[in-house]
Amino acid sequence: MLGLSLDQLRTDMNRLLAILFHQGVLDEQFLQLQQLQDESSPNFVSEVVNIYFHESEKLLRNLRALLYLPISLSLLLYLINEVKMSDVLCRVDRELCDYKKMEIQLNQLMGSSSSIGAQRLRNVCIAFRAASNHNNRPGCLRALELLEYEYCYLKNKLHELFQIEQQRMLAAAVRYPAPHQHLNNPQA
Amino acid sequence: MKKGGRKFSALVVDDDQVIRNFEEKLLARFELETKVVKNGEEALKLFREGYTFDVVVMDMEMPVKNGPEWYGGTCRPLVQATRALRAMGVDCMIVGVTSRGDGPEKAELEAAGLNCCWEKPLNDKIVRTILDELAKKSS
Repeated sequence: MLGLSLDQLRTDMNRLLAILFHQGVLDEQFLQLQQLQDESSPNFVSEVVNIYFHESEKLLRNLRALLYLPISLSLLLYLINEVKMSDVLCRVDRELCDYKKMEIQLNQLMGSSSSIGAQRLRNVCIAFRAASNHNNRPGCLRALELLEYEYCYLKNKLHELFQIEQQRMLAAAVRYPAPHQHLNNPQA
Repeated sequence: MKKGGRKFSALVVDDDQVIRNFEEKLLARFELETKVVKNGEEALKLFREGYTFDVVVMDMEMPVKNGPEWYGGTCRPLVQATRALRAMGVDCMIVGVTSRGDGPEKAELEAAGLNCCWEKPLNDKIVRTILDELAKKSS
């Protein structure tokens, strides 16, 4: 029964990974990450990926603020009659978005995404950066939406993967208890 | 491994923790004794304290504050850090890793004293290439 569970969990993990590779969500860099996991750092992959999620969420919030904050300020100016609406739209698109700061966030997100093998996310960052280089705010907005979608998808799938991995490790521990347990309880 | 059986040493310079953790583990897998720092200033500090390394692996797009201006989005911090290291007499290999492809900054970086640069992510092929270069240098 336990043996079947261990095999089933392994199959589930491999199937999920195959899907993610086939969809292009992950690339071979994720395998590189897995190969670095060993007895001295048995949770290396999940630890690095969790840091990645924590940092990425900050970067995505920063990108959202960089794209949306200028319009808030411009609307405020419009409301107090400091600028015309046409000027608001023009300034937001061309002047008020800090594209340089956006590029900093994107470079960081690209670098960390490529390091864990998050291929699709990285590709969206490339498109986002291209839009940012052309001061193309509508393009940046579309890219941000796609980035947030890809990020959510990746996070959900990798959490699913880590849950299966944890269950597999628990099942393996039950099936193959540590040697000292046999010594203390010869009847086990 | 160096001639005489000593291990090669590496310094990773990157502002991103994910990359620092990953590169440190990767280089250690190839038996390089590795230290990690967050930016060029910390790297320079280590060299001033007398640390030596066989190779420095540096992020090409670190944003480093210098007064009120951010240099983000360019390789300027890497150029500055490389020039400063070479000016101190540091002659080890310095390699850059970038999120961009081949850019116009490459010539400026090579003039500053960078040995080579690769696109992220660092992987075992790149590390093997670095080790081959280090082995040739030490023989």
